[in-house]
Amino acid sequence: MAHDTLAPTPPRTRARGIGRVLIAVYAILALGATGRSVVEIIGKFDQAPFAYTLSAVAAVVYIIATAALIIPGRVWYRIAWVTITFELIGVLTVGTLSLFLPELFAKASVWSWYGAGYLFIPLVLPVLGMLWLRRTR
Amino acid sequence: MIEWFTIVQVAVAVLAGILCVVLGLAGRKPTDLTMGATALVEVLLIVQLVVAIAAPAFGNTPSGDPLEFWVYLVSAVLLPVAGGFWALVERSRWSTVILGAICLAVAVMVYRMNVIWFVQGS
Repeated sequence: MAHDTLAPTPPRTRARGIGRVLIAVYAILALGATGRSVVEIIGKFDQAPFAYTLSAVAAVVYIIATAALIIPGRVWYRIAWVTITFELIGVLTVGTLSLFLPELFAKASVWSWYGAGYLFIPLVLPVLGMLWLRRTR
Repeated sequence: MIEWFTIVQVAVAVLAGILCVVLGLAGRKPTDLTMGATALVEVLLIVQLVVAIAAPAFGNTPSGDPLEFWVYLVSAVLLPVAGGFWALVERSRWSTVILGAICLAVAVMVYRMNVIWFVQGS
């Protein structure tokens, strides 16, 4: 980047130090969201197609975000920003909708009630992810 | 599922998780103690796996969705193994914290499995 005054360094992975913990938690959440989504889509998709489609999208985004945090390089850095921003918008939007329009979410998704079913980790994690991305730029 | 065993399992996983997170943040690399605590969590999960396979034969069936239960159980069984391998490869304090995070995640998942087995659908 033009305003980058640092000497060019070989691409370094962002998976270092405490960032590894962040990535591990991301991976666990990705696993949880994927497992949940598979169960929902195989077993009961017709009960709440909207919420369950959202679960599937969330699961895919968590997987991409986990990968983007690990893989070095500018492109993946950008992908990490996009996916993590998407997650934050997702959890805020769906969290708010589930409070005011509960009929849309007859069955819960990962992001319902700001991720309360997942100990609010979906709400906290994107913020930590963004702080981490800023630090490792 | 056997309720008392599940309670013991959640308690062990929470204690192991707290132990690993605290020692990791204190700067300890993975040791026999933290690896052992994680291994204990894994052993209890294997026992839970055997119990879950055998229980329906004794009329102890899940009240909730069996598919959901099994996705949780299989995911939970895989987590400490993944974390353990990671701790062997990457000998840093953060690996200890990761072991702790995994044990805490297992605790939440076992609790959720308990809800599916006994509460959901009944």
